[in-house]
Amino acid sequence: MIAALEQPQQTDTANSELIVASLEGVDKNYGDVRALRGVDFRVRAGELVALLGPNGAGKTTAVKLLLGLMQPNSGRVRVFGVDPTNPENRMRTGAMLQVGRVPETLRVCEHIDLFSSYYQKPMAPAEILAAAGLERLADRKFGDLSGGQRQRVLFALAICGDPDFLFLDEPTVGLDVEARRMLWDEIRKMVARGKTVLLTTHYLQEADALADRVAVINQGEIIAEGTPSEIKAKTAGKRIRCITSLSVNILRQIPGVTAVKEDREAFELNAVEAEPVVRELLERDAKLSALEVTSAGLEEAFLALTSETVRDGTIPINRTYSPEGMR
Amino acid sequence: MSTVSVALSHSQMQRSPSHTATIYLKEAKYEFLKNLRLRVYTASVLSFPLMFYVLFGLVLNSKQAIGGTAVPTYLIATYGTFGVMGASLFGTAAGLASDRGLGWLEVKRASPMPPFAYFAAKVITSMIFSAIIVLALFALGFTLGGVRMPLADFLRLLATLVAGSLPFSAMGLALGYFTGPNSAPAAINLIYLPMSFCSGLWVPFMFLPKVVRQIALVLPPYHLSQLALGIVGAGRHESNATHWEVLLGFTMICLGVARIGFQRDQGKLYG
Repeated sequence: MIAALEQPQQTDTANSELIVASLEGVDKNYGDVRALRGVDFRVRAGELVALLGPNGAGKTTAVKLLLGLMQPNSGRVRVFGVDPTNPENRMRTGAMLQVGRVPETLRVCEHIDLFSSYYQKPMAPAEILAAAGLERLADRKFGDLSGGQRQRVLFALAICGDPDFLFLDEPTVGLDVEARRMLWDEIRKMVARGKTVLLTTHYLQEADALADRVAVINQGEIIAEGTPSEIKAKTAGKRIRCITSLSVNILRQIPGVTAVKEDREAFELNAVEAEPVVRELLERDAKLSALEVTSAGLEEAFLALTSETVRDGTIPINRTYSPEGMR
Repeated sequence: MSTVSVALSHSQMQRSPSHTATIYLKEAKYEFLKNLRLRVYTASVLSFPLMFYVLFGLVLNSKQAIGGTAVPTYLIATYGTFGVMGASLFGTAAGLASDRGLGWLEVKRASPMPPFAYFAAKVITSMIFSAIIVLALFALGFTLGGVRMPLADFLRLLATLVAGSLPFSAMGLALGYFTGPNSAPAAINLIYLPMSFCSGLWVPFMFLPKVVRQIALVLPPYHLSQLALGIVGAGRHESNATHWEVLLGFTMICLGVARIGFQRDQGKLYG
């Protein structure tokens, strides 16, 4: 991977081994808050990578470092082989960031016209409108658009320069299901055109639906990396519910149990595989009753991953989250 | 390795001067349109000086004179200064504070926009609104207040006031970097309204209390209004060079403060 960095012809998106962007041992602090800790992360040409994690995990910080909007405290950030603050890099990247307020009195077509003018070879306005599904909204003022439509405008501004590398920071946050699926279709079209995409999301489902590769990030550290199915295999498993006289501590020590939760009169156990755990449970507690085994949902799997970063068998019941809104 | 890829991209990515000029023009055009359609901006920035002028210069006092200059003419210079100051401060500070605080500036910084185009657009837009205000004041005075002056004087007055937009735009940039989206308008008013009063923009300078008149000597709007009043024959006959020097010095200080804010945002100081 490092060797690939040495190659100058980074525009060759056909070669999937080319590294488009990398964080190498990156630390980023905001005062006392450690937003990223020793993060190593690479994006290869032509792939869609999802950076998946709860709010405050450090996803947006990673994106901002790669866009050259902030500097790391230590470590190295490279995009197209050079420092991301390099002005030429910005010609080849497009970014959809989380924005509180976009100038509301400008029309959709005016926003697109302005951003297109920044680039050397922008897409044609009609093409941009079509790619973002905005054909019928070109003359609307931004302030008159719905949430989903606004996200599509930000998406249009990110793609208008026909960039090689697209950053999408929580592109579908706050959207309803329909608007989300619409944007997913547009993102897939970008990948089909050979673009490299870095997507951040806190929806496992979104990463699963779109990404070639997923990096799970929590509390500033990358805790798992792989294809969506690998991530799911690592985490997903079964949920076992039963009423038992065994104590929480004993339940936690059963091999294969990843989490234990008390739920009214019963316990809920998460396990990689159900059978060995159930066998063990019945052996230890003959009076065990109300046994149920279900597949853990994707969201549970994700929670299981992000709730415990130390895999030494003692898994906390209480899941810890970073403070909301910290980026 | 990096040198090679930079060299490669440099030749591909270098913009032609005409392309850069197009970006600056579009940035300014859309900044102007954005503010023109923003009712909060046009209502406060345009209508206040014009309303004051109609009331105090045309409805009341229109037959009187201050130091030999008819009131409607005198007030074009002072309300002109007031209007230029408002248009420039609100045009730069409010927009910048909001763009910074609510993430829009980051989207622009992540794009290949030349960073200076963003600031230039705000300053140019402020100057255009300044010109509109002065022209509107003059049109009112000319049609309803019997204001007459040689064309050369009128053009000098217009040019002086529009140039006077620069120190306040610089001040607006500095303010925009050190206030938030919600606090910016309040901060602007807190500075803009007392400064206008103390500089003799509402009440003619000679009617102000002595203490206030002494404070005025360090206020930029005082110096701009004296330059404007000098053109219509109502200045206090101080050296024009001094007025320009104060305005220039003030502009440089504000740009220096704005630069600190700019670098802080780029993460160079605390990153």
